[in-house]
Amino acid sequence: MSEGIIQADKPPRRTGDTPDLFSKFDDTIALRENLLASGVEDPFSLVMEQVLSPTRAICNGRDTILLGTYNYMGMTFDPDVVAAGQQALADFGSGTTGSRVLNGTYQGHKECEDALREFYDMDHAMVFSTGYQANLGIISTIAGKGDYVVLDIDSHASIWDGCAMGNAEIVPFKHNDIAAMEKRLKRIPEGAGKLVVLEGVYSMLGDIAPLKEMVRIAKENGAMVLVDEAHSMGFIGENGRGVVEDAGVIDDVDFIIGTFSKSVGTVGGFCVSNHPKFEIMRLVCRPYVFTASLPPSVVATAATSIRKLMTASAKREHLWKNSRRLHSGLTELGFTLGTDEPQSAIVAVIMPDLEKGAAMWSALLTEGLYVNLARPPATPANMTLLRCSLCAEHSDEEVETILGMFERAGKAVGII
Amino acid sequence: MDRAEVDTRIRTIIEPFNKKGIVITEDTTFAGDLEFDSLTVMDFVAAIEDDFDIIITMNQQAEIEKYGQLVDAVHSQVSN
Ligand SMILES: Cc1ncc(COP(=O)(O)O)c(C=O)c1O
Repeated sequence: MSEGIIQADKPPRRTGDTPDLFSKFDDTIALRENLLASGVEDPFSLVMEQVLSPTRAICNGRDTILLGTYNYMGMTFDPDVVAAGQQALADFGSGTTGSRVLNGTYQGHKECEDALREFYDMDHAMVFSTGYQANLGIISTIAGKGDYVVLDIDSHASIWDGCAMGNAEIVPFKHNDIAAMEKRLKRIPEGAGKLVVLEGVYSMLGDIAPLKEMVRIAKENGAMVLVDEAHSMGFIGENGRGVVEDAGVIDDVDFIIGTFSKSVGTVGGFCVSNHPKFEIMRLVCRPYVFTASLPPSVVATAATSIRKLMTASAKREHLWKNSRRLHSGLTELGFTLGTDEPQSAIVAVIMPDLEKGAAMWSALLTEGLYVNLARPPATPANMTLLRCSLCAEHSDEEVETILGMFERAGKAVGII
Repeated sequence: MDRAEVDTRIRTIIEPFNKKGIVITEDTTFAGDLEFDSLTVMDFVAAIEDDFDIIITMNQQAEIEKYGQLVDAVHSQVSN
């Protein structure tokens, strides 16, 4: 999400009621009311009453194909994963009721970190309660006063919030612009500590970063490099280690941040690293220390899923096939997509505006297809997007069905 | 570089961003008077950074509301 740039200050618009601290949200409230007045279903309060599989659910009473989850590798109903969770729930109880550094580290948390170290072939792994907290914690802790964080302007909210929580100088550069990054690195005062923060896959448009060049330039300029691989884990790279692996730079990055909430199929976040002093993070990183650890069932499902992802090359292949087919199919139908070729498991369809986007979203839902509606300020360049994220469990036939739904909805709404 | 020179250069850079042709004074505000949205701010800051070969960090940007403050901030970087 690109939330780096602060919106222009607008004087609070006061509506009838007594002005209070909520007056600042009046514009957002009005925007939402206008959208709903146009008769579309509320894109931001969908309820899934039943989840049938990684790719199917009953949403608002309708049997729906899911094309807007981050369940890339379809691990949520894997029998081994579910069994591991059930066993841990029975053996260790429903929760730890404590911080990782006090009473919240169980055998399962250790095993989960072991699985991560093996998965990435790295020396250290630290499990956080969410990926959001992993970014928040690592960035705000390692980049201190007088240090510089150089980051892509389209970085995820958790990266920006990590910057906001710390005391470092924050220097954004234009999305995926290698020269803009290099120029800024070279302008940083001599001797200052530098951290470059990048993402493997940018989740709004589904495009990948030119990590080969960027990591090399960052290193040449004496910076440490952190790469958030939230949307590539398990899928991109020979062993599913992410764009860093695919680009051949995994040995040059200092930190990889990831999440269990996407390909792993549960909840949680992590950082892996080969830095010799990395373990000290467990004592100094506040979003790690001052929150309860993940429940035993969650770390058990995560560890089992991570181990299965190591050898999931058949699934990876099928997911690539799905991504390529959806991308070419939508292009042939005349939709405008976020990337010219499929770069990840995310295919973003660019909508002309929010009204048309919401109408299209609603029409697809009526067809029985769920996609993500993304709007400013979460999107780059104020775009409205219908974000499709594929799953390794979508069958070939399902992808064809999805294309048929897009064709009918697109014609009904007048986008194609 | 003296302040007047910095001012002249920034006035040239700002022209394509000043869509409504507002008369710019030391007190002109970017968000209010010039109606710069977040994307415009990003491009405008990048243009200044590249022209003067400096960095204006987000931390510094947060302190800059008016045109005169921007000239001061750039001037202090290029004069030492
Ligand atoms: C790039 C990126 N980083 C971090 C996160 C946060 O992950 P989590 O859901 O585990 O908090 C997300 C997910 O929204 C993400 O897209």
